[in-house]
Amino acid sequence: MHLKNINLHQFKNYHLVRAEFSNEINCFLGTNGSGKTNLLDAIHYLCFTRSAFNTVDVQNILHEKSFFTIKGDFELEEKNIEIKCIVESGKKKQMLHTGKAYDKMSEHIGLLPVVMIAPDDTQLIKDGSEGRRNFFDSIISQLDKPYLHLLVRYQHFLKQRNALLKQFSESGQIDQSLLEPYNIEIINLTKSIYIKRETFIQDFLKGLQKHYGVISGEKETVEVVYQSDGKDLDFETKFKASLSRDIILKRTNKGIHKDDFVFTIGGYPLKKFGSQGQQKSFLIALKLSQFQILKERKGILPILLLDDIFDKLDDLRIAKMIELVANHEFGQLFITDARPERSKQILSTINADKRYFNIKDGMLSPD
Amino acid sequence: MNFPSKLIEDAVNEISRLPGIGKKTALRLTLHLLKQPESSSQSLSHAIVKLRTEVRYCIICHNISDQEICSICSSHRRDKSLICIVEDIPDVLAIENTAQYNGLYHVLGGVISPIQGIGPDELKIDSLLHRIDTAAADDKVQEVILALSATMEGDTTSFFITRKLNERGIKVSTISRGIPIGGELEFTDEVTLGRSILTRISYNAE
Ligand SMILES: Nc1ncnc2c1ncn2[C@@H]1O[C@H](COP(=O)(O)OP(=O)(O)OP(=O)(O)O)[C@@H](O)[C@H]1O
Ligand SMILES: [Mg+2]
Ligand SMILES: [Zn+2]
Repeated sequence: MHLKNINLHQFKNYHLVRAEFSNEINCFLGTNGSGKTNLLDAIHYLCFTRSAFNTVDVQNILHEKSFFTIKGDFELEEKNIEIKCIVESGKKKQMLHTGKAYDKMSEHIGLLPVVMIAPDDTQLIKDGSEGRRNFFDSIISQLDKPYLHLLVRYQHFLKQRNALLKQFSESGQIDQSLLEPYNIEIINLTKSIYIKRETFIQDFLKGLQKHYGVISGEKETVEVVYQSDGKDLDFETKFKASLSRDIILKRTNKGIHKDDFVFTIGGYPLKKFGSQGQQKSFLIALKLSQFQILKERKGILPILLLDDIFDKLDDLRIAKMIELVANHEFGQLFITDARPERSKQILSTINADKRYFNIKDGMLSPD
Repeated sequence: MNFPSKLIEDAVNEISRLPGIGKKTALRLTLHLLKQPESSSQSLSHAIVKLRTEVRYCIICHNISDQEICSICSSHRRDKSLICIVEDIPDVLAIENTAQYNGLYHVLGGVISPIQGIGPDELKIDSLLHRIDTAAADDKVQEVILALSATMEGDTTSFFITRKLNERGIKVSTISRGIPIGGELEFTDEVTLGRSILTRISYNAE
């Protein structure tokens, strides 16, 4: 799969630009703040129906304007498809697949797999559990459509149950029969989602450990420890027993929305005990395993978006990455760099079709 | 839009507040009324005022009605042992138009949704239970058909009502959901298709 071209209209700092891409390596070069990352984000939009950075759609419209459009032509399994995304303030976002609008955004997700490696990825290790759940949920959803449906249902019933808890807490009256339909749904969905997450993590872990070994060249072992209420055979009883606490706190305290995926190194939490280099290696390994699992399960090479990757890696890791690129382990690549000479020099050793773009204040010109 | 007359402007503004009618259509309707004899505007406004002041809801099923009890509830030809539960008045009309149903109705007035502050008390659920509990011996309710929308809220409401009816030993069924007549399998969404496979109908004689 690859993206042949892109048209941006009033997206972030771009007024109107068009670019034709190479099927292999594309490099966006320009000073800080010129709009390199914004281009990667536009590609992310086409594949994922949303930004990788700012999830408030209207904030991605060029300042002072009322709408943006992003249009791109993809080649997927020898078929041409045109994807268009329209965001207009005050209106519902539209995604069109070769002229036909999707009813639900979720129908598009998974069609065009993409993996992004960005500088603020370390948040995934440092911040709370929500980012990690979103990271894994996004991969599983791309592989398993019904999974996304289960998640949507779960979130919906959770919201309804929490609203009910709030009412009970305020009125001091509890209606068990009204709570029951939500309890049953949440309990059943917790079990189903737990099984899917658990099965996925087992599989994912093998790839992660393999990639970590390659990149770090070190001996320590890394793990992803999946913690979930769903693991508990007695979950139903515990869920129901937590009701009085739920009412005091006005929210549901047990269920898969509390799940965490703890990253460890040598058996200890990576967040606390991993060096910066170990954390970096872990993140790259995480993203490469994401790439690999999408590639294997979908039978399509995902697009790889590498944002400022050369800033993040030392020479050894750059060499490893370049080795993977040179061995054609990846499909189409988009790389950004604020230092043009460096990228050109690193990529010069690789025998592949390369295209460089100079970016300046929201303008784009082929090198 | 600029109007030559304040009277026309007022009429256009009022008419365009109706759903699906924009300023342009409203103007066309206004000018049309002016061309008709005065009596036709009189009878239109009379009908509207009468509708608003005299409309009533059936005290049994909460459907729209001219009398205290609607024509369906008071009909001798309808099967009183069967009640179909719907969300709103248009659903009654939709089912009536199929000409496939000969029982009674019960209009809930919505579905349970705590986020929107709608609980059983905001709906006609107590009234349904009361109706079942107090039915005369000849008119005992045997079966309740749930015909709520196939949304998460619809399902939750169905579940809630089913529990209450089970306590009373009444048979509960729900309308079936699946592929529309004339619909193609490959264009049916996964969830609907999955559900129709789970609730498939046997072709063997029972
Ligand atoms: N909605 C918007 N309207 C106008 N400009 C915007 C909007 N959103 C972001 N920008 C601007 O886009 C510019 C470029 O951002 P981008 O992150 O793409 O830069 P970059 O080239 O990746 O820089 P760096 O090398 O520092 O990572 C920033 O100056 C930012 O203020
Ligand atoms: Mg950037
Ligand atoms: Zn009636």
